[in-house]
Amino acid sequence: MLIERKWKKWIFFYIPMTVFILFTLFPFYWMAVTAVRPDPELYRTWRQASATPFWTLEPTLEHFRELLKTTAFPQWLWNTMLIAIVSTIISLICGMFAGYALARLKFRGSEFLGTAIFVTYLVPQTLLFIPLADIIREMHLGNTPWALMLTYPTFLIPFCTWLLMGYFKTIPKELEECARIDGATRFGAMVRIIFPVAIPGILSAGIFAFTLSWNEFIYALIFMSSAELKTVPVGVVSELIRGDIFFWGQLMAGALLGSIPVALVYSFFVEYYVTGLTGSVKG
Amino acid sequence: MVGAGSAAGAALPGERVRISRLTRMLESEKLLAAALLAPGVVILVLFIAYPFVMAIWFSLTSIRVGDAGEFVGLANFTKAWSDTIFQVAFKNTVFYTFWATIFKFALGMWLALLLNRHFRFKRLIRASMLLPFIIPTVLSAFAWRWMFDPTFSVMNWLLFHSGVITDRLPFLSDGDWAMWCAVLVNTWRGMPFFAITLLAGLQTISPDLHEAAALDGANAWHRFWHVTWPLLMPVTLVVVVFSVIQTFSDFQLIYVLTGGGPANSTHLIATYAYQIGVASGLLGEGAALSLFMFPVLFAVVWVQLRFMKRMEGH
Amino acid sequence: MANVTIRNLNKKYDGGFHAVKDVNLEIRDKEFVVLVGPSGCGKTTTLRMVAGLEEITSGEILIGTRVINDLPPMDRDIAMVFQNYALYPHKSVYQNMAFGLQMRKYPKDEIEKRVREAADILGIGPLLERKPRQLSGGQRQRVAVGRAIVRHPQVFLFDEPLSNLDAMLRVQMRVELKRLHERLETTAIYVTHDQVEAMTLGDRVVVMKDGWVQQVGEPLELYGKPANKFVAGFIGSPAMNFVGVAITDLGGVLWADAEGLRLKVPPQMAERVRAHAGKRITLGVRPEALHPATGSDHADYSFDTAVDVVEPLGNEILVNFRAGGAPMVARVDPAVRVKAHQAIRVALDPERVYFFDEKSGAAI
Ligand SMILES: Nc1ncnc2c1ncn2[C@@H]1O[C@H](COP(=O)(O)OP(=O)(O)O)[C@@H](O)[C@H]1O
Ligand SMILES: [Mg+2]
Repeated sequence: MLIERKWKKWIFFYIPMTVFILFTLFPFYWMAVTAVRPDPELYRTWRQASATPFWTLEPTLEHFRELLKTTAFPQWLWNTMLIAIVSTIISLICGMFAGYALARLKFRGSEFLGTAIFVTYLVPQTLLFIPLADIIREMHLGNTPWALMLTYPTFLIPFCTWLLMGYFKTIPKELEECARIDGATRFGAMVRIIFPVAIPGILSAGIFAFTLSWNEFIYALIFMSSAELKTVPVGVVSELIRGDIFFWGQLMAGALLGSIPVALVYSFFVEYYVTGLTGSVKG
Repeated sequence: MVGAGSAAGAALPGERVRISRLTRMLESEKLLAAALLAPGVVILVLFIAYPFVMAIWFSLTSIRVGDAGEFVGLANFTKAWSDTIFQVAFKNTVFYTFWATIFKFALGMWLALLLNRHFRFKRLIRASMLLPFIIPTVLSAFAWRWMFDPTFSVMNWLLFHSGVITDRLPFLSDGDWAMWCAVLVNTWRGMPFFAITLLAGLQTISPDLHEAAALDGANAWHRFWHVTWPLLMPVTLVVVVFSVIQTFSDFQLIYVLTGGGPANSTHLIATYAYQIGVASGLLGEGAALSLFMFPVLFAVVWVQLRFMKRMEGH
Repeated sequence: MANVTIRNLNKKYDGGFHAVKDVNLEIRDKEFVVLVGPSGCGKTTTLRMVAGLEEITSGEILIGTRVINDLPPMDRDIAMVFQNYALYPHKSVYQNMAFGLQMRKYPKDEIEKRVREAADILGIGPLLERKPRQLSGGQRQRVAVGRAIVRHPQVFLFDEPLSNLDAMLRVQMRVELKRLHERLETTAIYVTHDQVEAMTLGDRVVVMKDGWVQQVGEPLELYGKPANKFVAGFIGSPAMNFVGVAITDLGGVLWADAEGLRLKVPPQMAERVRAHAGKRITLGVRPEALHPATGSDHADYSFDTAVDVVEPLGNEILVNFRAGGAPMVARVDPAVRVKAHQAIRVALDPERVYFFDEKSGAAI
């Protein structure tokens, strides 16, 4: 290790690190404080003095109560969860299959297909949402969860395929060859040997896909119109702002509650998530 | 005794593997590959390739909600090109992408270098640094919007009471300010992605290299410039490409933060396309607006593919 | 009956590389055949075609009387031990060994019985519940062999199974494999690049080079009657000494001449060498057929040189010197005292001199 003087460490490490931490986490802190602050304290203008600017002495659950009473928030949470899980599972299955085929099987056009899938990975949702809405309507999928369960995989499958293809390539091919000699079919060797060995990679892809689905906004905004079918991000935007009035307490309560499940999943699988994240950009 | 087994074993039932004809067909490498690729390819063709073709078709017609419209050639594109709001939106998109990417990269690199050191609670801090990237953007953008609120802004409160300002800052109520605010929020959200991927890149660099360079008398800056940076180049390029695509096509952040206002001064291509295509129901014009993103995205992807090919060559 | 027949076997890889060329091989039931050759000569490719892991470009492979060209690996009733063992990392040793039987839907108690039997033979009984990563290299190797033998397959295939072990363990496992084969009496094809392994294990040895089979024969046959210069140099350690010589016919007696060297062509060779009179050919003599000359050695088979380097190995001494413009090694009794740079007269055993065609390398 290189040796450093103390003051240098303060200037070059502790101070910047603290600033980074404050910058990163303050909005979440503010979200939480706002959610439990009573309205009179909340709507205090920038000129008014305050004894407790950054916290509150009278925390209240009023906003949460109102949120649950006046909106279908639990339903939104459930929708988001269901859609995220189903689209993640669909994408994982497609990604595992396609990733395996691209990593292991020899067939004409495999290189082209790999590139094509990579390119679709880079197609943003905002490029296609207008015709896609039309297609969804024509398939009579509009305003059903399937509209999202089937379209989220469009940005998850390329990612899962790409990540898992890389992972499968790191598994010695002798493993499945041995399984095939032992009596397994190609498909059997893939399912019984390669997939179990690839569980860490599958988990990484799954966690990352789950957070991406949870995060998705524009498709959910356009494809879902009934209030009780919305996902959390869309519900919060469309139901908690009436006209020009922002119910900031409820908004922040909703934002907090809507973030907790994905933050929990993330915190249990940080390492897998990071692997997925860094793997997602590896060539 | 096993020795006798090789002869006796053949007589045992079940020596042959029994499988159905279908699974036997999948022993063919090509058929299996086709079967495995089919589900994913079907979804991608149905919901990416097909809509893409539709987008082009839409953009050439005057289709609107409830009216199939007719072929109008490039009229939608020429109309957009002379539309002053679109011109602003296009400039905004470039501005937003350019500055946000620069800040995300610079701060992300700095943060990665900090996180690459040994300190207490490292794992916890690294994990919490990724939160802005995990939490749904729409939800965190609301927190920012609340912090930028014209009347109740905590930042104005803080700056005013600490004597830095005498009048409130027009965070979101002035077009220029609002664009910079959007850049700030985007930077906040995307910086962790840069930091963590660059950190992963840093961790693959052997410390020996740094110690060798230090022994050679290189100072910290020289070590970064001559050792770290060249080795980080490949991962940097990829991360930048991803970020540029994401930022250039961004929608949700502006949608929540300003909704394109005040006075349509903060639209991005995507939010303006949404306003025209969805809110006003002019599908053809909206599709044409979206497609203005395509050449830029295409160029970026092309650079990326070229780069990948070159990397494979080595 | 599990004899393996390979007819005109060829393999061209996608890039156009011709890795296996016209291999013909008849492997008898219960025979232990070793494919040996330098790295990249096509041994693994050949083995993988027998296993069904690599497509056959042309030719035929039969097990018994059945052509198996188009059978998937699972239907070939073979077992293979890989160089990296290929143990399933997520399965215990027991599950690893049971997998092949499970795939063939054997009853549970039969599986249990066979796995325990095999584990006892290999001495891995206490390890059955461990995962592969909790095993040492030698133990993994045994598990890999165990996994192959529980199935009682018609043919065993081994691809350099010992090359990841340290030298001591390798010698020990070599003996165990030989014992195991004697016990199981199953046809085996074994691939290695190590000629010692090939000679000790093989009932017959197949020497390959650049995709061609050079010679097939029992170990001592390869050693005693190498078909060509490559086999002669490959089999035996230290390798056979070669020196280019010109053959001259002096009144019916043939002489092999090289720079500062004149040796008489031994009478038993004279017949065949005569055709090459006046041409250059290669003379080969094994290090163990060279020794310091004593009074009883004939002058026609001796020459003078100076010792270069001496390598005392304990049970023998390797003496390096130059003769006829080529470096040579003699393997001599440790009782002989030789020092570096000392002048020495070396004699060769006229019964053990070989001649090879200079161009084709074929034995004369
Ligand atoms: N999949 C492949 N594609 C192209 N060439 C290959 C492939 N596998 C092996 N080869 C080439 O075929 C030759 C023989 O390989 P191999 O049978 O593995 O040799 P050995 O086992 O005797 O060392 C080598 O030159 C190798 O480079
Ligand atoms: Mg090999």
